[in-house]
Amino acid sequence: MKHYSAFAVAREALRYHMGWERAWASPEPKKKYDVIIVGAGGHGLATAYYLGKNFGITNVAILEKGWLGGGNTGRNTTIIRSNYLQDPSAAIYEKSRSLYETLSQDFNYNVMYSPRGVIMLAQTEHEVRGYQRTAHANALQGVTTEFISPQRVKEIVPIINLDGPRYPVLGGLWQARAGTARHDAVAWGYARACSAMGMDIIQKCEVTGISREGSKVTGVTTNRGDIACDKLGLVVAGHSGHLADMAGFRLPIESVALQALVSEPIKPCMDCVVMANTVHGYMSQSDKGEMVIGGGTDGYNNYTQRGSFHHAEETVRALVETFPMVARLKMLRQWGGIVDVTGDRSPILSKTPVEGIFINAGWGTGGFKAIPGSGCGFAELMAKGHSPLCDEFGLDRFYQGRFIDESVAAGVAH
Amino acid sequence: MLILTCPCCGVTGEETEFHQGGEAHLKRFGPGASDDEFHTYMFAKENPKGVHFERWRHNNGCGKWFHAARDTVTLEVYGTYPAQTLEPPKEIRDAITAKRPGWTWREFA
Repeated sequence: MKHYSAFAVAREALRYHMGWERAWASPEPKKKYDVIIVGAGGHGLATAYYLGKNFGITNVAILEKGWLGGGNTGRNTTIIRSNYLQDPSAAIYEKSRSLYETLSQDFNYNVMYSPRGVIMLAQTEHEVRGYQRTAHANALQGVTTEFISPQRVKEIVPIINLDGPRYPVLGGLWQARAGTARHDAVAWGYARACSAMGMDIIQKCEVTGISREGSKVTGVTTNRGDIACDKLGLVVAGHSGHLADMAGFRLPIESVALQALVSEPIKPCMDCVVMANTVHGYMSQSDKGEMVIGGGTDGYNNYTQRGSFHHAEETVRALVETFPMVARLKMLRQWGGIVDVTGDRSPILSKTPVEGIFINAGWGTGGFKAIPGSGCGFAELMAKGHSPLCDEFGLDRFYQGRFIDESVAAGVAH
Repeated sequence: MLILTCPCCGVTGEETEFHQGGEAHLKRFGPGASDDEFHTYMFAKENPKGVHFERWRHNNGCGKWFHAARDTVTLEVYGTYPAQTLEPPKEIRDAITAKRPGWTWREFA
């Protein structure tokens, strides 16, 4: 694999860019691997990457039914933050955020991490208290956040309307080192690094069955033949329930469509991410100038990758209240992704009832920000059987009533 | 947008008039149940890619609960029926079989 650098760009510029290699190989599947990861999205690829980098396990296949990064990794609004209330959440999301800071250098692929800051607006008295509590919790957890005044919000986001018709802005939870990254590049960068370590990324390879011998996994059946493995990692977000069904267990997960939309590109007008959870909408501006907008999930489980129209309407209405200047923007594209939502809105990083099968799921509406941390922790869990980052997120927490309740803390999409 | 007919008041309305209330036909477990039974009842979801039986409430209408059979992939509503039933009526099951032969749901199919 050739190193990407300014020198490489200059060299290729002098020879008509004929020297660039494919970023990753597309091999035929082998008969057997030490580890198979199902799902070549951000979390799956990151898991494989840290299995190789931190634990020297490189006889790994990553199977993907569609194309690499074509699920929720390519469908999110790219927000990265770690201002969570509960300790286990703050630990894994902050690990993730800190890995994002140096990810481009780590695997020599520019993920365009932009720590532009994230504000979560407090628009009710309840929310003010909630976010002040989060700011205090974050201080204890070592996550740098602060609760800021409405005037400070206005300084950071001049286009905001502080006294909207329904919910005035009463303050905000500000995380200065939060931000965004280029979502596709995260998947591509991990894929390139995995491929360079000799791992096989096999696209258009759909898992149709999971083989067991007694209570132990032996491999998977796919549309490209049977592949044996010692350990199997299921990292398939919205389709986790579907794969768990093949393996013979059920999950505390429901799959829902979450949608996003982008506007036509405009001149730079907002250099941070703003989330308005009470009125239900969040927005940032991409490097191309498009306003990237996200909102709420559908009210019923489904697999449509589309999203209800009235949710788009609610989201846009909320943003017009908060940012009156966007009222006349035209929307360019709208799409949906299938998110896997757990009862406590926290992920599942766990062993399963089947020996050798591990599951990384339940990231719900906030998985993108967690990709490096999740991969790092889940790789350790798969390699060693336990991981300080993941242990709290086991499936057994539902038996024990030991929830990591972020649903109250975040309220909406996060 | 889903169009649902409330079997209680007979009104047909868009999904914004209703609210979904999770899986239908749950077998409830309470005091005296094993941890496994209670956990399954409380948390383990069918979450199928296909036919889903679910509870709905006619929020902005008569306020009553009812059941619906819906497809989670095509969003087709196969029919709605009263909540006071232990399993979906035959005509709804036939309508589902016509579209999705071989569908299953826990103990009945």
